[in-house]
Amino acid sequence: MMRYIPNAEGDWGEMLRAIGFERLEDLINILPEPLRLKEALDLPLPLSEMELIQHLHALSEEKSQGRRMVSFLGAGAYDHFIPAVVDHVLRRSEFYTAYTPYQPEVSQGTLQAIFEYQTLICQLTGMEVANASVYDGASAVAEGVLMAHRLKGRGKSLLARAVHPESRIVTRTHTRPLGLELKEIAYTKEGATDLKALGAAVDEETAAVVLQQPNFFGCLEDLEQAAEIAHSRGSLLIVAVTEPLSLTLLQAPGLLGADIVVGEGQSFGNALNFGGPYVGFFASKESFLRAMPGRLVGETVDRQGRRGFVLAVSTREQHIRREKATSNICTNQALCALAVLVYLASMGKEGLKELARINLSKSEYAKKKLGSAARLRFSGATFNEFVLTLEGDPQLILPALRQRGIIGGLPMKRFYPEMGREILICVTEMVSREDIDKFTEILGTLSRGAR
Amino acid sequence: MKENWPGACGLVLDEPLIFEKGAKGRKGYSLPRLDVEEVKPENIWPRKLIRQELDGFPEMSEVEVVRHFTRLSQWNYGVDSGFYPLGSCTMKYNPKVNEDLARLPGFTRAHPYLPEEMSQGALRLMYELENFLCQISGMDRVTLQPAAGAQGELTGMLMIRACLSDRGNPRKKVLVPDTAHGTNPASSSLCGYQVVQVKSNERGVLFPKTIEEKMDEEVAALMITNPNTLGLFEEHICQIAEVVHRKGGQIYCDGANLNALMGLTRVGDMGVDVLHFNLHKTFSTPHGGGGPGAGPVGVKAHLADYLPVPIINEEGERFYFDYDRSKSIGKIKSFYGNFGIMVRAYAYILSMGAEGLKRASLAALLNANYLRVKLKDFYHLPYDFPCLHECVFSDRLQSQYGVTALDIAKRLMDYGFHPPTIYFPLVVHGALMIEPTESESRETLDQFIAAMAQIAGEARTEPGLLQNAPHKTKVSRLDEVLANRKPRLRWKPEKKG
Repeated sequence: MMRYIPNAEGDWGEMLRAIGFERLEDLINILPEPLRLKEALDLPLPLSEMELIQHLHALSEEKSQGRRMVSFLGAGAYDHFIPAVVDHVLRRSEFYTAYTPYQPEVSQGTLQAIFEYQTLICQLTGMEVANASVYDGASAVAEGVLMAHRLKGRGKSLLARAVHPESRIVTRTHTRPLGLELKEIAYTKEGATDLKALGAAVDEETAAVVLQQPNFFGCLEDLEQAAEIAHSRGSLLIVAVTEPLSLTLLQAPGLLGADIVVGEGQSFGNALNFGGPYVGFFASKESFLRAMPGRLVGETVDRQGRRGFVLAVSTREQHIRREKATSNICTNQALCALAVLVYLASMGKEGLKELARINLSKSEYAKKKLGSAARLRFSGATFNEFVLTLEGDPQLILPALRQRGIIGGLPMKRFYPEMGREILICVTEMVSREDIDKFTEILGTLSRGAR
Repeated sequence: MKENWPGACGLVLDEPLIFEKGAKGRKGYSLPRLDVEEVKPENIWPRKLIRQELDGFPEMSEVEVVRHFTRLSQWNYGVDSGFYPLGSCTMKYNPKVNEDLARLPGFTRAHPYLPEEMSQGALRLMYELENFLCQISGMDRVTLQPAAGAQGELTGMLMIRACLSDRGNPRKKVLVPDTAHGTNPASSSLCGYQVVQVKSNERGVLFPKTIEEKMDEEVAALMITNPNTLGLFEEHICQIAEVVHRKGGQIYCDGANLNALMGLTRVGDMGVDVLHFNLHKTFSTPHGGGGPGAGPVGVKAHLADYLPVPIINEEGERFYFDYDRSKSIGKIKSFYGNFGIMVRAYAYILSMGAEGLKRASLAALLNANYLRVKLKDFYHLPYDFPCLHECVFSDRLQSQYGVTALDIAKRLMDYGFHPPTIYFPLVVHGALMIEPTESESRETLDQFIAAMAQIAGEARTEPGLLQNAPHKTKVSRLDEVLANRKPRLRWKPEKKG
């Protein structure tokens, strides 16, 4: 336990004398007497490094968690391969042991990396400015809705029901205390947002319309038409993305009329990590710049006229504007954003498209195969996720699949009570044709049993 | 300048933007062979949804990618590079073994929607970490969900708002001391509250009478930081809590400075109702150049019903997520928080034990007081009392030579140190806020003291040296005004003809 604290007993004497204390323990006397703890904290005895590793190893393996299984889980957290390069860069301790780059002359590495990250997010989303990151995709949606309210001064926003349920609940948590109204828009039997219903719901009080692309069911949305509907009443269109790999094949939302594009960047170089840390991206139009939340890195020059980077437009931020700030965000997800950047740089222009086509092709194959053992819930076009209607109760079928080494997808009932037999399936490059065939075969047997 | 400082000049390599590198056809990836029939988007997607060009993306080999980022990293200063006395940020050492443990495949490959029976190890870790934090702080329950301190503040204030609403009136105002972090007022206002600033007294702490004067039936809470940003313990906190509670308000404690208190006292024993932790400060998880961190929130029992969902409970030998909580504020973030950060903090607490955590706090106090006493001969110390984990000086003595806190900070870089926090807290004009943490040896502190003394001398004899600093860094002082006036926030591809 003492290996992290350099000064040992021999060092204290002189230091203590300099400050007028006798023993190290006496420093507790700086605190008022009644508040001083009299007994030791009740914590486990310290572990040596070896014992610590053994203990954490056991925990990480507990109850088959680490066992090699084939997983068809997606739903906002995607199992993609991460090239070795990514973690090697992240382990450069000049990156990971640095603080937020408030002192730019000794933080050019972080700053240039964020500038490059901001650029790629703009290119990917088709927007003009992107910030240095927010906490995750869900809080990015919430920040987007709050920003639309600031810009429009209107009290209501519309969220498609096909937006990730976690994004909707997080947005609700953030908007409730401010008295903002959130209304949800139904989906069609094809699995896209009901644009007729959207047209009927949007009005002069609507600050923003939020759609997800591809949506939670994996289906593609008609963003162009949604933008027209939103703009016809002077509302903003916010497009949320949870699987940004899809954007390498899909038209950039910014070119289809989106005003704010937000999303989850985990797919790009960040491991599943049981739900975090992930990284929210946030992009918008240049004209909305002063209303944006979060940090921004900008290019400037030093006294010799050389290019350099600094935190820019920070007059929006809490450390300067305090209660009038555009957001309270301070620490964000810089290292996760760096992972996104290194991943995008390694995969490059061609690799990303090729990988996206692999995801699409495998997912289409799985739709065809699994669609024969069960039924596709929606007919709309998809990228790497789709909803399947099982013959029986997923609560019985999924455990049976796990017995055979397959984690079969997310039961939808938890988020959509009307989908009692539906599961959401995700197919990435991590799943092979044999895995899909095996899944199909077992599902077929189980379904026949259920009938 | 004599060369007995860490600040030397090494070979620094130039490196262009990633967009100015690479060439068409270069590859830094390898992908598995497609084992199913290829499907083209053009064949199944509506035409207008298909992207034509993925513009502006790099095309580089693996070698070029690695070299690019290695060079960038060498322009950064981290805790592993040297002394990083950034006040209120607790830049302590980030243990290496914790980095390895957070990367165990059983953790990194765990999907957040894994069935509970397959994630028992992760749930146990979170459950135990929650209990450790309760034990260290004296709070009754903890949520690990918030991703950072500011998100923790918002979570805490939302719980206070929900609780007061249930009692009949959410109230309108929040009291925030003039020494508070900027996130405090920002979080209160995001929660729909009007912020009322309260003044600290001439000893740098809050006085019960000041609070009493501002306290009424419309005040929802007082947000207090203890120890505060001057590094001073809020010694009247118990009486202040009594004043606030008597009028039905709640006490929120910003735990950013908890590194001063571990094993010495417990915030939960001081009348505090809500407390947030910064795992990336007190519990040694790395700052990552600005995140990811984690900002768990502890509450007293009367607020436990309002915690975000899910909470983790234990039944028999089994851990499970409990979502069935009608009074919960909802969710502040997707899934369960920054799990990878929790693993590191958990490993840190297990490595240190009760005795180690206490030793860390005592050593942090010793280092801070040592710097306070040794530096006050050279710099103005506005609050000259024994401090806890940090001390705040000002540039008053140097300003007569036209030298500012910013100049002193930039000059420190030439000596090989990261500058302290400057111009904060706002109650000290030209503040230099120094937090050495327990991670520094006596020699490092002595070296820093000598450097600060020499800089004070330079301010007198050669102020230009400071005003034009830094001289040894990759770039010299950067024009932040230009970056704000004409923001260039991205690289732009050249237009095609």
